[in-house]
Amino acid sequence: MKLLKVTGSLLLSSSLLFGCANSDENSAKETVKETKNIKSDSLSGVTDEYRKYAIGEIEEFVKATEAFTTAVKNGDVDNAKALYATSRVHYERAEPIAEVFGDLDPKIDAREGDVPEAEWGGYHRIEKGLWVENTTTGYEQYAEQLMKDVNLLRAKVDTVEVTPDLLITGAVDLLNEVSTSKVTGEEDRYSHTDLFDFAANVEGADKIFQLLNPALKEKNKDLSTEIQTRFDEVFSLLNKHKIDGGYKIYTDLSEAEVKELSQAIDALAEPLSQIGIVTEAL
Amino acid sequence: MSKKEYFIEEESLGVKKVSRRDMLKTAGVGGVGILIGASGIGSMLSITEGKASSAKDVVSFYGKHQSGITTKPQNHVYFAALDVTTSRKNDLITLFKEWTHASALMSEGKPIGELTSNEFLPPKDTGEAEGLSASNLTITFGVGPSLFVKDNQDRFGLKLKQPKELVDLPAFSLDALEEEWTGGDLCIQACADDMQVAFHAVRNLIRIARGKAVLRWAQPGFQRTKQADAKEGTPRNLFGFKDGTVNPDVKSEKQMNEHVWVQPGDGPNWLQNGSYLVVRRIQMFIEVWDRTNLKEQENTFGRYRDTGAPFGQKNEFDKLDIHHKQPNGEDTIPVDSHVRLSHGDGSQQILRRGYSYSNGMDLKTGSFDAGLLFLSFQRSPSKQFIPIQKRLSSMDKLNEYISHRGSALFACLPGTKNGGFIGETLFT
Ligand code: HEM
Repeated sequence: MKLLKVTGSLLLSSSLLFGCANSDENSAKETVKETKNIKSDSLSGVTDEYRKYAIGEIEEFVKATEAFTTAVKNGDVDNAKALYATSRVHYERAEPIAEVFGDLDPKIDAREGDVPEAEWGGYHRIEKGLWVENTTTGYEQYAEQLMKDVNLLRAKVDTVEVTPDLLITGAVDLLNEVSTSKVTGEEDRYSHTDLFDFAANVEGADKIFQLLNPALKEKNKDLSTEIQTRFDEVFSLLNKHKIDGGYKIYTDLSEAEVKELSQAIDALAEPLSQIGIVTEAL
Repeated sequence: MSKKEYFIEEESLGVKKVSRRDMLKTAGVGGVGILIGASGIGSMLSITEGKASSAKDVVSFYGKHQSGITTKPQNHVYFAALDVTTSRKNDLITLFKEWTHASALMSEGKPIGELTSNEFLPPKDTGEAEGLSASNLTITFGVGPSLFVKDNQDRFGLKLKQPKELVDLPAFSLDALEEEWTGGDLCIQACADDMQVAFHAVRNLIRIARGKAVLRWAQPGFQRTKQADAKEGTPRNLFGFKDGTVNPDVKSEKQMNEHVWVQPGDGPNWLQNGSYLVVRRIQMFIEVWDRTNLKEQENTFGRYRDTGAPFGQKNEFDKLDIHHKQPNGEDTIPVDSHVRLSHGDGSQQILRRGYSYSNGMDLKTGSFDAGLLFLSFQRSPSKQFIPIQKRLSSMDKLNEYISHRGSALFACLPGTKNGGFIGETLFT
C-alpha cells in the first residue's frame, strides 16, 4: 500500500510517540491530558489498539501457516486443503498492515499471472497444486519458502508505524479488495474459497470502524449509524452462505447472490469512505 | 453576443475583470459598451471566462414539468433503471431531495459539492465533468410500478397512490424480453450534448443512492451530433432512415397537454404535469437489414430512404396519405408498413425521443449488438403506446429485422421549483 509514504498530518506526531511503547494505560492517559490536541491523542489510542490487533492476527497467521506448510511438506493433501482457507483469513484481516511490505506481499499472496511464472510462489501456487493437480509433490520448496517469508513478515511488522491515515485508507482499501478481486472469484480461483477471504476483509474493515467509531460518533452520529447498519447487512448476507463453520465455495453462489454481495459492499464502502472526517477538528 | 466582440472590448478597454456571465446578464440591457459607460469605469477591461457560464447550453432543471421531455433531443442519452434497496420511505425522501439538489447543480454545469479541504476524504464530486460546460444536460426521474407494489407487498405505503396506468406493460406478440433489460423501481434519463457530461450525471446520482438504491440496468445511446449535422435535420436510425419525423409539436402547449402531460382527472393528483415514459430496448439486426434490397427496406417503413418522404409524396414532412391508391388499385403505403401501422387512424400520438445504441458485439452470434433505445412519452400508456404497439407487434413488416429485448414503464414525476424536490407530490 503506497499511501503509507504520504507524510501524514500533524495529528500523527503524537501517535508516533506512543505508538511503539507498551506503556500502561494510565500513564498514557495522563500524557494525553497534558497535550493540547485532544483529537489526535484520542486517535493515538486507536492506532495503538489497531497495532495490537494487527500484530495478533499476523501471529495467528504465522501459526496457521506453520500447520499448513507442514501438511504440504508431509504430503498430507487433505489436511493441507482443509487448512488453506482458514490460515489465509488472518492475513486478509490484517491486510492494511501486511501489505505495507511491498516485497513480501507478492511472495506470500500473488495470484497466477501477478508475477512472472519463475517467481511465482506462496499460497496461491500451492493452492493450484492442491486443487488442480491434487498433490503436494513438487510443492515442498514453495512451502519452505512461504514459511520463511511469513516469519520475515512477522519480524518486520513490528517496525510499521500505524497512523490514522493507514486506518482511514485501510478500512476502505479492504473493501476495495473485496470489490475488485473477491467478488469476481479471482482470488482463490482453484479452491473457490473466496468467501473466507471476503469475510476476513470485511472483518478487518469492521475492526477499524469499531476503533474509530467513538471519535466518529462525536463528529457525525448519523454517519456512524449508517455505517453500522451497512456492516450488519453485509454480515447477514455472508451468514446466509455459512456451512460447517466455514463458507460455501464461491462457485455455488448464484449470479444474483454474487451481485447482491457486491452491491452490499458498495453500499457499505461509500459511507465508510467518509470516515476521514474524524481527522477534522471538532 | 459573440466571442469576437469581447475581444474587441478587451483590447480597447482592458483590465477590470468581468466574468462572461456578467456580460451575458447585461447584454440584454444594452450591451457591453453601455455597461462600461454607465458604470464609469475608464480603466481597462479583461474578460475571464466563467466556468460553464454560457447560458446557451443550460437547460433549467426547475419548472412545472421535468426537463428532458419536451427539450430538443440532445446528442446523447445515458439511461439507468434502479432497484430500491431500502425499505424506509424516509430514505426515499432523502434520496429524492439529494438528487434534486445535485441535479440542479449539474444542470448548470456545476460540481455537486464544494471541494473538500480534507485530503482524507474522497471528493464529493467525481470530477470528470470539471471544466466542461453544462452541454444542455437534462435529468429526468421516473418511478416504476414495482416501487408501489412488489411481490404483493405495499413496500412504502404508497399502494393507494399507484395510478391505474402504472402497471407492467402487457406481453406483446414476438416480445423477447430479457430480465437484465427489464423493469426498475426508479429511472434516471440523463441527456446531454456530451457523453461524458451525461455519464457523470448518472454516476454521481447512483453514488448518492448507495445504500438506498442500486443499478438494475443501464443503456447509453447516441444520435448524430449537432456538430456533424449543421442543418440539424431529422437524425437517421441505424437502418439509415430518418427517424423522428412525425411527432407532436413540443412547442404547442395544447398538443403537449393533449398527448404528453398528465392532466387533472387523469388519475391521482400527484402525477399531474408528469408523464408516462415507455422504454423498449429493441435490438436491430443490422446485418440482415444490410442484405435487404432498397425496395424492401422502403416498403418496410412506407417511406423513401433518401428523402424520408412518405410513399407517394416528395418531401419528408409531407402528410401521410394512407388512403392513396396506385393506378392498379394497390395501397401506396403498404398495409404492413411501419408508418402505416404506427400511424393508425392518427388519433394516437406519442412523443418519441429515442436514441440508437451499440453495445459492442453480441457474444453469442458474433454480430453487432445494436439497436434502438426507444423512449416515448405519453399521457396514457393504455390509450397511446399500448394500442400502437399491439398493431405493430401483430403485423409490422419491421418485425423481421428487430427484436424487443427490454421493456419498462415509468411515471415521470412532475417538475419542481427551487426549494422543493422531485417526488414531493408523491411522498408527502
Ligand atoms: C427498432 C424499432 C423501430 C424503428 C427502427 C422505427 C423507425 C421508424 C421510422 C423510420 C419512422 C418514420 C419516420 C418518423 O415519423 O419518425 C417511424 C415512425 C413512427 N414510429 Fe417507429 N420505429 C421503431 C419502433 C417503434 C415502436 C416500438 C413504436 C411504438 C409502439 C413506434 C412508433 C412510431 C410512430 C408513432 C411513428 C410515426 C407514425 C406516423 O407517421 O404517424 N416505432 N418509426
